[in-house]
Amino acid sequence: MSESVLNVNEICKDFGGIRALDDVSLNVRSKEIAALIGPNGAGKTTFFNCITGIYTPTSGDVLVNPKDGSERRVNGMKPNHVTELGMARTFQNIRLFPSMTTLENVMIGTHCRTKSGIWGAISRNGKARGEEQAIIEKSYHLLELVGLERYANELACNLPYGKQRRLEIARAMATDPFLLLLDEPAAGMNPQETYDLQELVIKLRNEYGLSILLIEHDMKMVMSISDSVFVLDYGRLIASGTPKEVSENPTVIKAYLGEDEDD
Amino acid sequence: MDEKGAQSTLRFILTAGCDGYADSLKRSVLVALWFMFLTFPIMVIRVDTIENTIDWRWMNLAFVGVGSFVLSFLWRWLLERKELMKGQAARESVVERLLTQASTIPSARLGLLVVVAGIALAFPHMAGMYQTNIMISCLTYIALGLGLNIVVGLAGLLDLGYVAFYAVGAYAYALANMHWGIGFWTILPIGALLGTLFGIMLGFPVLRLRGDYLAIVTLGFGEIIRLVLENWGDVTMGPSGIAGIDRPTFFGIEFGVMDSINYMYYIMLALIVLTIFCVNRLQNSRIGRAWLALREDEIACQAMGIDKTKTKLMAFALGATWAGMAGVVFAAKTTFVNPASFTFWESAIILSVVVIGGMGSIRGVIAGAIILILVPEYLRAFSEFRMLIFGATMVLVMVFRPQGLIRAKRKVYTYDKSTVAGAANE
Amino acid sequence: MEYFLEILFGGLTRGSIYALIALGYTMVYGIIELINFAHGEIYMIGAFTGLIIAGVLGAAGFPAAAIFVLAILGAVLYSAAYGYTIEKIAYKPLRGAQRLSPLISAIGMSIFLQNYVMLAQTSDFLPFPSLIPEFKVPWIGHIISSSELIIVVVTILVCIGLTLFIKFTRLGKAMRATAQNRKMAMLVGINVNTVISATFVVGSSLAAVGGVLIASHIGQINYYIGFIAGIKAFTAAVLGGIGSVPGAMLGALILGQTEAFATGYVSSDYEDVFAFALLVLILIFRPAGIMGKEPVQKV
Ligand SMILES: Nc1ncnc2c1ncn2[C@@H]1O[C@H](COP(=O)(O)OP(=O)(O)O)[C@@H](O)[C@H]1O
Ligand SMILES: [Mg+2]
Repeated sequence: MSESVLNVNEICKDFGGIRALDDVSLNVRSKEIAALIGPNGAGKTTFFNCITGIYTPTSGDVLVNPKDGSERRVNGMKPNHVTELGMARTFQNIRLFPSMTTLENVMIGTHCRTKSGIWGAISRNGKARGEEQAIIEKSYHLLELVGLERYANELACNLPYGKQRRLEIARAMATDPFLLLLDEPAAGMNPQETYDLQELVIKLRNEYGLSILLIEHDMKMVMSISDSVFVLDYGRLIASGTPKEVSENPTVIKAYLGEDEDD
Repeated sequence: MDEKGAQSTLRFILTAGCDGYADSLKRSVLVALWFMFLTFPIMVIRVDTIENTIDWRWMNLAFVGVGSFVLSFLWRWLLERKELMKGQAARESVVERLLTQASTIPSARLGLLVVVAGIALAFPHMAGMYQTNIMISCLTYIALGLGLNIVVGLAGLLDLGYVAFYAVGAYAYALANMHWGIGFWTILPIGALLGTLFGIMLGFPVLRLRGDYLAIVTLGFGEIIRLVLENWGDVTMGPSGIAGIDRPTFFGIEFGVMDSINYMYYIMLALIVLTIFCVNRLQNSRIGRAWLALREDEIACQAMGIDKTKTKLMAFALGATWAGMAGVVFAAKTTFVNPASFTFWESAIILSVVVIGGMGSIRGVIAGAIILILVPEYLRAFSEFRMLIFGATMVLVMVFRPQGLIRAKRKVYTYDKSTVAGAANE
Repeated sequence: MEYFLEILFGGLTRGSIYALIALGYTMVYGIIELINFAHGEIYMIGAFTGLIIAGVLGAAGFPAAAIFVLAILGAVLYSAAYGYTIEKIAYKPLRGAQRLSPLISAIGMSIFLQNYVMLAQTSDFLPFPSLIPEFKVPWIGHIISSSELIIVVVTILVCIGLTLFIKFTRLGKAMRATAQNRKMAMLVGINVNTVISATFVVGSSLAAVGGVLIASHIGQINYYIGFIAGIKAFTAAVLGGIGSVPGAMLGALILGQTEAFATGYVSSDYEDVFAFALLVLILIFRPAGIMGKEPVQKV
């Protein structure tokens, strides 16, 4: 239970003269729900981008432990290889494929776990057909999991906001991750939707055995579902621990009191 | 529509984006004056600096004034309508609705298919040699359009040097035939393969670039190929080109001119059917979906585990394969190739077929080629304005209807718990 | 040695013209990240306008120097007007559209303008009167002609003027701000639409100057000259680092010299191939150019 799946050691990220991440170290254990919080502009999204290969960290190490137990260093790896290793993410500003259907969006997620190529597509031989069938089935089940099966053939851009966020989760799940990274999954959701999302996240952990790291501003949600919390401020990790420890930490309170209510 | 409705529609059209008739009239007058000023030197005056004579064409000024006055109403109305429709899901056009209806009723679908196939097969016998020749060139553009559609429409890679691969195929056949007397059927697959090879060779280093750089590099590459063909006279015979290329034979049997044109027509038709078959299967496959995803959002695509470079390369090389194949057929049809057939204009025409027809849509590309190639052929008076209108249409399509004439439709998957079945569309 | 110097000055002349066109590409790209494919056509329209004005004034018996100045001013006026109008028609309605849309629109516009000029004027080459005053250049007259000298001098003056304009005027500062961060510029009260229009106007004016100068130097024009010159100037802009004004000047200088020496010492058959090959190589090995910055994509 306590072995770690993600091990980040002292990563830094500079943009020109600005240091967006400063010696951040953090550890996500297997089957835990961890939350990364902090005021806007603290560097949370940048942190995700650094560990998923979209940015290359200026210094530091990102180590992951896929299910097979071999530890891998991922900084500098291309994003698609990171995803192949088993880390999948969603985006803060939703990045679905707008003119593809909901089901197709999820089917994209299965790409790195399937093989058929141009010849398979043109000949539609037995292998390619079987694989295609499996892709459809898997994707459909994932849509059921997030409650979007009714919209399978709708274009993704026609879905309401909250459902687009759930679709992003389904799409990430299709890559068969062991670690799911959610960037503000509840942003723009109403309380009911947030509650449903919370249930979904817990379900993913319990039934699929995933580890989850999420960025979230909704403190109620963070406090009620996470096992551990990390707090970023101005690119530095200022606190970590259980939700209770963090919420009583004076540095954190100070960082947050300096902020506006709506965060 | 009752009179009142008609009136308010008219009012909307005339005053879109303005505060009332007076304002819209004033704006249109200003626009007309502006364009009269703008086009004055080039439209009105023609100078001959040697004879020192000047030709004043005042009529043109009047045409520009009236034309831009009328068009400015249309322009504002279309912009306003686009703004109003923004939130809604885009409506289907009449043609699209008819096609959708026809394809949902199985018997209508089958009927339509039979009719189209019947016309296509009987065409050379109903029409004369001249018509058949025009049709062949239209079919060539359909094949090229469908090939480029893989690159531009599906994968979203703007390739402005597509004609280079076409030239590779055409010259492969011309040279092989001239030097070694190799026949059409042997070269057809080789030409395709050469297209692939060139596609990979160019694509490999270039596909890492951002979209707009890719456009300009492919444009440069297309020009390089043409310039090499023009200047490397020892091998390519330079600007005068290579003549007397053999027409295709039918299991060793040669045809007369008339029959061989018909034969060419059927070869082209077969190539199109093959293309449609392949593209249709590809676009709803694992690879095809990856292309679409790449077109929509590269970063999300990579984050979902898709190898960007490899996927792009596949689209680029496959598009080049088709161009290579079409090039061989082109050389066989005209029995003559020279560099002038492979200028940037050719790439531009193929691109406008894809863009105006509908990026990513097979039916759109076919409709685009038929309209863009056949209409100028039959309206001779209008044919010198062909490229002018193509250019203007490309701008207008991008501004008002980016999805093109017939937009691409996504496959509909039906799923019932026990059996999963995909019902194809398009 | 003399041959070498001749080539050197030939390259300088070429480079000057490329610089005048490349600046338009680089400024527009800097502000709206669009390769303005129609920019080469603006240059061509400038040359045609210059020819027409020269023809009319010539027939009316104006003195040569007046014709030269008025032809340039008229060309600048008209090219600027075309640049302004093109932006309003083909690019402005497409802000925020899909990535490929403005690019395709630009290509369509370029095709349209070429054919517009071809149909309204002619598809043949037209002789262009030599407007640039001729005189014997002192000391180095045997290696550089007066028209080459004037092209180089005018270009240098224009480049200095542009640099000062961007550095010190309000509009120039607004341009730099918009290029750096459009949203931020909007927030501090810069009218971004005006800045974009101004960029097109300035870029087009420079291209018009280049158009008249080179047409008068070479002595003929046709509707197609914008295509090749456009690609080459774009090459220069990319070579220097697209978006960077001094980069475009430097890139144009290098490209001009490369072409001059390659055609002077190797072979003139492949004149255009050198530029294209250079373009392909830079984009592959150093897409950010000499003075450009590697762009970071925000996620
Ligand atoms: N590509 C980039 N280039 C320059 N600065 C960036 C880039 N990405 C993020 N930043 C900066 O890094 C800081 C952290 O941003 P971000 O990670 O998005 O914050 P958060 O997600 O915590 O709200 C911000 O100041 C932002 O402006
Ligand atoms: Mg963020």
